[in-house]
Amino acid sequence: MAEKKWPETWQEVSPGNMVFEPGNAASYHTGSWRALRPVFTKTKCIKCGVCYIYCPEGCIYQNDEGFFEADLDYCKGCGICAAECWPGAIEMIEEG
Amino acid sequence: MAKRVGMEIAIAAAEAVALCRPDVIAAYPITPNTHIPEHLSDIVADGRLDAEFVCVESEHSALSACIGASAAGARAFTATSSQGLLYMDEVMPIASSMRLPVVMAIGNRALSGPINIWNDHSDIMSQRDMGWISLFAAYGQEVIDMCVQAFKIAEDLDVMLPVNVNLDGFQLTHVVEPMLFPTQKEIDKFLPERKPYAAVHPDTTVSMGTLGMPDIFTESMKAKDEALKNSKKTILKVWKEWEEQFGRHYQPIIEHRTDGAEVLIMTMGSMSETAETAVDEMRKKGMPVGLLKLVLWRPFPYDDLRKAVKGARSLVVTDRAVSFGSCGPVGAEVRSALYDEPDAPAIVNEIIGLGGRDVTVEDFIAMGEKGLKAEKGKREEEYHIYGVRGS
Repeated sequence: MAEKKWPETWQEVSPGNMVFEPGNAASYHTGSWRALRPVFTKTKCIKCGVCYIYCPEGCIYQNDEGFFEADLDYCKGCGICAAECWPGAIEMIEEG
Repeated sequence: MAKRVGMEIAIAAAEAVALCRPDVIAAYPITPNTHIPEHLSDIVADGRLDAEFVCVESEHSALSACIGASAAGARAFTATSSQGLLYMDEVMPIASSMRLPVVMAIGNRALSGPINIWNDHSDIMSQRDMGWISLFAAYGQEVIDMCVQAFKIAEDLDVMLPVNVNLDGFQLTHVVEPMLFPTQKEIDKFLPERKPYAAVHPDTTVSMGTLGMPDIFTESMKAKDEALKNSKKTILKVWKEWEEQFGRHYQPIIEHRTDGAEVLIMTMGSMSETAETAVDEMRKKGMPVGLLKLVLWRPFPYDDLRKAVKGARSLVVTDRAVSFGSCGPVGAEVRSALYDEPDAPAIVNEIIGLGGRDVTVEDFIAMGEKGLKAEKGKREEEYHIYGVRGS
C-alpha cells in the first residue's frame, strides 16, 4: 500500500533532508501501519461526528449520505474513534 | 594592509568575527569564552556591525536561535564553553544534520565536576560525534584566522556544515598576544556574502528538520558522514586561498622539526607552543624528537597522520581529556588509525593538563624521554595520566 517516496540511495538524499515539495507527507500512506481496521455500522450511527472530531490522523470524512468513513490509506488503526463512539457504531476488527 | 596589534585573544576573536559581517549572534555567557560574545555585543551596540545580537536565556536557545537564523539564510555565530556546550548538546547534531553553516567558538574548559573553570578538552571531546567540523588553534593568530576561515568552509555549498573553532580557555581566551589583524577590505575580498543552498522564507517552499523514518535514516547518516569527510577538500582549498592572500600556511597536521625524528609528540591547542619550545630544547640535547600539531580534529585526517608518522619509532599522543573507562580520546583515534599500518610507531598515550593544570617544557621533555624508551610491538599501558599524584 505504501508508495516508496524516499530516495533509494544515500547519494539521492537531499542535503539536510530538506523537502522542497509542499504537503508531500500526503503521499506517504500511513495506513500500512494498521493492525486493526474500524468498521462503521450504519444502523447504529447517528451521524454525530464524534469520530470525525477525535480522529488524530484527520482521516475520517463524511460521505454523501452523511455517514462517516475512515480513509484507509491513512487510518493507522488506533481505535480512538471506536472508543469515543458512544452509540457503539464503530468496531475495530483485525486486518486479515 | 594588516596591522600588528596586541590584544586579548577572546577580544580579537570577536573582532575577527565582526569582520565576517555575521547577521545573527546569539550567546549566553559562560567562563572562559564570555569575552567573545560580550565584545561582539559591544561592537553591535556601538553600531560598528549591523547584526542581531540575541540575548538568549540559555546555551540551548543560543544554538537554536543560530540554527533558525542559519536556516533563514543568515550568517550565524555563537560561542560557549564547558557546561554551556553540554547544554547545547541536544541541538548540536541538529545543526549538522540540517546542514546549517553555524560557526561557534569554544573557549575550551573542563567539564564539571568538581566544578572547574579552567582549560582542558573534555567539553569538545564530549561533542566529538555531532557531525561538526572541529578546528584547534594553538595561539592568537590561528584563532582569528580560523574564525574567518570557518565561515568560508562552513558556507561552501560542497560543505554546508557547522564549524567549531577551539581555543583553550584562559591559556588562549584571556591572554594578550601580538597578532596581524586583517582589514575589513581584505576579509570582504576573502569571504563572500553567504549564498544559502535553500532558505526558509514565506515565499519559498522548503521544509527543514523533517522526520526521517527507518526507511531513510541509514542513508541520511551515510550522506552526513560523507559530507563531513568530503569537507576536507574544501578545508584544504580555503586554507590554500588563505595562504595566497595572507601568507599564513595551514594544514591538518602541522609538523615542527620532524626531519629525522625518531620520536613524535602530538598536541592539540595551546600546548603546542610549549611543545615547540620543548622540542627545540630536546633537539639541542641531541634527542631526535619532533612535534605534530593536530589542527583538524573532525574530519579526522587519517592520511595526513599516516604520512606524518612514517619512519617514527614512537608517537606520544597527548590528550587533554579522559574517555573514562577507555583511554584518551585522541589516543584512541590515533591507535585505531595506525593499527593496520605496517611498521606503525609504538604509541604512548599521555593524558595531561586536566582542568587547567600547567603543562611545562619539562613535562614535554619527560614525555619525549618516555617516547625514546618505548618499543614497537610492546604495549606497557593503554594510557597514563601524567603527573597524577599517588602513582
